Amino acid sequence: MSSLFAFTLLGLFTGAAYAIVASGMVLTYTTTRVFNIAHGAFGMVLAFTFWDFTERQGMPALVGLLLVLLVVAPAIGWFTQRFVARGLGEGPVSVSLVVTVGLLVGLIGVAQQVWPPAPRVVLPFKPESGFEIGDTYVTAHQLITIACSIAVAGLLYALLNHTRIGTAMRASVDNPELLKLFGGRPDTVAALSWAIGISLAALGGILLTPTVGLDYYALTLLVINAYAAAMLGRLKSLPLTFAGAMGLGIAESYAVAYLPTDGFWSTIRPVIPALFLFAVMIALPQAQLRIGQVKGIVTAPVPSFRNAVGWGGGLLAVAAVLVAGASTADALLMGTAATYAIVMLSMVLLTGYGGHVSLAQFTFAGVGALAYAKLDEPNLWGLAMSAVIAGLVGALVAIPVLRLTGLYLALSTLAFAVLMDKMIFQQDWAYKFNGTLQTERLSVAGVSLGTDAVYVWVMVLVFVLVGLGVLALRRGTLGRLLIAMRDSPSACGTLGLDLRWFRVGLFGLSASIAGLAGALFAGLRGSVGAADFLYFQSLLMLLLAVVFGVTSVTGALLGGIALMLMPVWQSDHPSLAGVLFVLVGFGAVALGRDPNGLANLLFKVGRLVRDRFEPQLRERLDGLLPQGGSVDLAAAGAAEVPLRTMGDVSDDAAIEGSVR
Amino acid sequence: MTLLEVDRVVVRFGGVTAVNEASFTADGGAITGLIGPNGAGKTTCFNVISGLQKPTKGKVHFQGRSITSSAVHRRARKGIGRTFQRLEAFGSLSVRDNVRVAFDIHRGFRGVLKPGAADVEALLERVGISDYAGERADAIPTGAARLLELARCLACDPHLLLLDEPSSGLDEAESEAFGALLRELAAEGRGILMVEHDMDLVMNVCDTIHVLDFGEVIASGSPAEIRADARVQQAYLGYSDEPVREPMEAQA
Repeated sequence: MSSLFAFTLLGLFTGAAYAIVASGMVLTYTTTRVFNIAHGAFGMVLAFTFWDFTERQGMPALVGLLLVLLVVAPAIGWFTQRFVARGLGEGPVSVSLVVTVGLLVGLIGVAQQVWPPAPRVVLPFKPESGFEIGDTYVTAHQLITIACSIAVAGLLYALLNHTRIGTAMRASVDNPELLKLFGGRPDTVAALSWAIGISLAALGGILLTPTVGLDYYALTLLVINAYAAAMLGRLKSLPLTFAGAMGLGIAESYAVAYLPTDGFWSTIRPVIPALFLFAVMIALPQAQLRIGQVKGIVTAPVPSFRNAVGWGGGLLAVAAVLVAGASTADALLMGTAATYAIVMLSMVLLTGYGGHVSLAQFTFAGVGALAYAKLDEPNLWGLAMSAVIAGLVGALVAIPVLRLTGLYLALSTLAFAVLMDKMIFQQDWAYKFNGTLQTERLSVAGVSLGTDAVYVWVMVLVFVLVGLGVLALRRGTLGRLLIAMRDSPSACGTLGLDLRWFRVGLFGLSASIAGLAGALFAGLRGSVGAADFLYFQSLLMLLLAVVFGVTSVTGALLGGIALMLMPVWQSDHPSLAGVLFVLVGFGAVALGRDPNGLANLLFKVGRLVRDRFEPQLRERLDGLLPQGGSVDLAAAGAAEVPLRTMGDVSDDAAIEGSVR
Repeated sequence: MTLLEVDRVVVRFGGVTAVNEASFTADGGAITGLIGPNGAGKTTCFNVISGLQKPTKGKVHFQGRSITSSAVHRRARKGIGRTFQRLEAFGSLSVRDNVRVAFDIHRGFRGVLKPGAADVEALLERVGISDYAGERADAIPTGAARLLELARCLACDPHLLLLDEPSSGLDEAESEAFGALLRELAAEGRGILMVEHDMDLVMNVCDTIHVLDFGEVIASGSPAEIRADARVQQAYLGYSDEPVREPMEAQA
């Protein structure tokens, strides 16, 4: 009995810290409709800042704490709202997700650059003091945590219910436009709630550091704990969020106390937030479709079939020349790029066309690789089965979220990725802890694709084929449906489309493409392990896909190459490793509002060049050219625009006007 | 024949009662008007009928069966189509593809295998927006976009059409043609329930009119009866044609 009491108490202490983090996240989400995936990452950076103030610069703990909570954190929150988050809430959910994932990666980069990896200790507050309740020893730090959470709850209650600005905040939850009409200032409200929200992330992060450790990734993942807690209140209710946080804290504490410490059950502890999240999600009622959302997004042009085949053939020819002369190491790199590019094609389908965001795409590749290794059928049948298995797992992830909206789907994929990363992939029947699985090269019709050059070329071939498939799908009935569903789910619903199963199908299809890439990757490498499929890789992948253009096959190819080059560049310049994350992260923040990315710029340049030079070229060659033939890059780029010849001005105008 | 029956429906948003014990019906082969000042709860009623809004209390019957707990897409499959006051056209698709999507959804797997292209053109012609067929739906005038929403609905061959302010954005001649189209559709046996601010159109084409005020049905009857009703005149004294946003909408 007394041990139950002790563990409940312990759970409440952790829960109190989660509650602080979660309430900050709920505050920013409800007032600005931006779900900040980087919430934990902000807490992480500010916990490092606190360490810097107190341990490196030697400030007293209280001074350091107040400086972080009352000056640095609010300033960062204000700045982020002003220059990053402003206007995101009215845009598509996918955009705000990408931008905040960009923040997350960028912040990790900042932390790694400013505070390079080294053992750092943050001591609990008043480490020497504590007292007994019954036969349970309670430390002063735990007491301070509880006190802080009570103070946060009280202050938030007072702020929201008894101040003018608090009333404005609550009004802004319902309708910021209306608030403006009645003389409120939504911008002030938004800036204030971000300032408070980031400050709470900092407080929670600092309180948890003695337990979690001053770690770039562990503190960043606190966003999952916060999200799990906040889900109980549907990301809206603060009291329910507190209840959820306490429940989560207690669940974790009991797991430590009562579950066996070896075998399968020992791996459960780090994934309890994710499991808690799925449990809450299944219990939530059906969400209602919203009307009056965003529509009309300008997407990169869809090339004609002929053009796509032409470019695919060109790519295969270039790849053949490249792999023929490549060393083994370079061939491996090219194969890796092809893997990434194929996974990014799955994102073109899901995110670019469908408007849904997955933060677990590379985890699905991991599932495909696992299936390929375990099936031990290194032939086309094994390859296809691996893709199917990954697709089924993808559908399985989407089903619990069936009744909820896109935001929840995206967030639960992050929880899923962490779950696979920290638990499933570590199991003895999977990759094993720190282990690898041996795989064989694929053979087609009994002929093994043994040499690196041939294998890599086949991977490029698969990329081309999948790319053509994705484009064919986009041009057909399903493609139109995808775009329609992205533009107005409500209209699709009232026309008779069951959005829920359509979404599950889309998610499954996209996961199976990723799984295919994973299986090919396994064959390429000869051995794969859990470390090849870390959840963080999925985030980088999403960001690069968006930066290079998640609406086009070209974007996927460029993104894949860039992602392959990242670790190469990082190992060449180890002192600047963090800078690259900063570049990618903040690059996505800057470019995330236009999912067409850099690839679309290329298309535009192509069009401009064609408009400028094609007439002259035609005059010179006079009649030598076949009508409508694609002579050079410019002409081919231009032929990808069947409908829109109005040019660049209208593109930009349509983007501006897309948020009605 | 009573096609739709809304039975004592109540919708509350927090402390605000948007619809209060509203009961009304719509018949097949007839045009029914649902009018009332801004904020009277008309669009909320539409949301309840089409399933986008769960009623706090009350029931909705369609073809004699309760559909109160049916999902949005099931109601559509049963033959309820609707347009939106704040447009929900598929902005990044062409006008033609908007209608094509509706056909595809309606025909299900057959649509995936064999899209019917000829029907699309005929339908665009019928509602009078063929000229815009190749343009992006977010680039056409509001009036045309409303007609597009109607065409999209018709692609699903609905028994009941819910039209939310379909004529706003149309000029006088277009409005007249639109009235003729509505009568044609009703003559095919379809029921039409229409929220509309253009009183000339309402009085000309509707067989029956229900008047909503503060979420309650304050009058029902033929256009002549409604015109003479004292309570209706009272409710409309403060009525304005300005496109003020309905507060109910904001929360829906």
